[in-house]
Amino acid sequence: MKREEIESTVRNFLIDEIEIEEKNIVPEALLKDDLGIDSLDFVDIVVIVERNFGFKIKPEEMADVRTLSHFCDYIESKVGDN
Amino acid sequence: MSRRVVITGMGIYSCIGKSLEEVKKSLYDGKSGIGVDPVRKDCGYRSPLTGIVERPLLKGALDRRLRIGLAEEGEYAYMATLEALRTAGIDMEYLEKNETGIFYGNDSSAKAVIEANNVMVEKKDTTLLGSGAIFQSMNSTVTMNLSTIFKLRGVNMTISAACASGSHAIGLGYLFIKQGMQDLVLCGGAQETNYYAMGSFDALSAFSMRVDAPAKASRPFDAHRDGLIPSGGAASLMLEDYEHAVSRGATIYAEVVGYGFSSNGVHISQPSDMGCAVAMERALCDAGVAAADVDYVNAHATSTPQGDMFEAIAIDRIFGSSRPLISSTKSMTGHECWMAGASEIIYSVLMMQNSFVAPNINFETPDEHSAKLNIADKTVEKNIDTLLSNSFGFGGTNSALVVKKYKP
Repeated sequence: MKREEIESTVRNFLIDEIEIEEKNIVPEALLKDDLGIDSLDFVDIVVIVERNFGFKIKPEEMADVRTLSHFCDYIESKVGDN
Repeated sequence: MSRRVVITGMGIYSCIGKSLEEVKKSLYDGKSGIGVDPVRKDCGYRSPLTGIVERPLLKGALDRRLRIGLAEEGEYAYMATLEALRTAGIDMEYLEKNETGIFYGNDSSAKAVIEANNVMVEKKDTTLLGSGAIFQSMNSTVTMNLSTIFKLRGVNMTISAACASGSHAIGLGYLFIKQGMQDLVLCGGAQETNYYAMGSFDALSAFSMRVDAPAKASRPFDAHRDGLIPSGGAASLMLEDYEHAVSRGATIYAEVVGYGFSSNGVHISQPSDMGCAVAMERALCDAGVAAADVDYVNAHATSTPQGDMFEAIAIDRIFGSSRPLISSTKSMTGHECWMAGASEIIYSVLMMQNSFVAPNINFETPDEHSAKLNIADKTVEKNIDTLLSNSFGFGGTNSALVVKKYKP
């Protein structure tokens, strides 16, 4: 999957399903402090990622994921073309 | 301490209307809310009849985190509570500053439980259930969600007492206020209508098979009744200490004056005229009201052969000499189960406010027992000063409430 497609899919589910305001969705946004994603939201994101990308997030692999850009990097490492 | 307890807010979301105004008109017109759910036929139900309740659209109206823990019945309860708070003249700022409790009747959340199980069977992984599943699955789903959404800080619990849940919830709210433990308690009952919820009830062959005539299917007390029709929605009432209501200038809709309860202690599904009668007698005694002073009885009668018979025997035993007007609004709504005890107080108070008795539609041929009762087969214009409402449930749990027209 191409990087642009990953970013677009993440952007869409953050807006439609997590109901984050579109203007706040920028690569450098901190997931917790800027986007307000809490531990319960993350439980839902695990489900959404599995549905959209076909793999299950492992919490221990998310330790260094702080920003939206990091999050897309992580998804790309699982399903990216490279 | 013994304080007066008044109703200062009401909200309803049901198959005969989604507001007090709509429901009042349906009650007056004798309009049925029963229809056919095609999915039930596909799932092997004997009877696909059900109350038809429209799901509210809450996306955009309620924050996601507050919304995703709501199961179907919780959505109905949220809508009913919005109307109850509006009619009570209570907003979020008031709730944040004044302690308010909640007793709500609910006895299942089948869809959330079954759908979570389906995910586990398919995925073999609980982390794919999502965050809302647990908050939707528990019987206390309604109270845990409403108390969070509306920032309630008083007594907070769900009453699970089968088809008497909503009535007991009001009875307990009444007792807490009467004894000075709370000034304001949100009371009510909620009932899911999805096809998951009623399969095991249908398995008992308890539902009407009059599929070709849904509006004629629910016929409490009629000799040709053949079973109940499941239904649902939610009903919310704001119960309040009288002095508290007066001090904040609230509109008072009616006064709760008596609560009676009993348990049959006999059979898990068969009713008992003795148990019904004890609950009614206790409610009248608590209210200090003589049977002859009751103008209207809102019967529990669900349209089952046995249940209606036992209730008719009990009502005749207590009210035989005064013969007040009686109707079962389930003839129009179907059996709203966990919600029924609360919704039927709202239906009855709407009648009280507007001086009519709603009809027991489809009561065409009395049987041996119902022939002794003064059943309103048509809408009757009548002043109601005092009413009694019955609710009975599986396991022999019985509840009766007495409500009076408000007089300062």
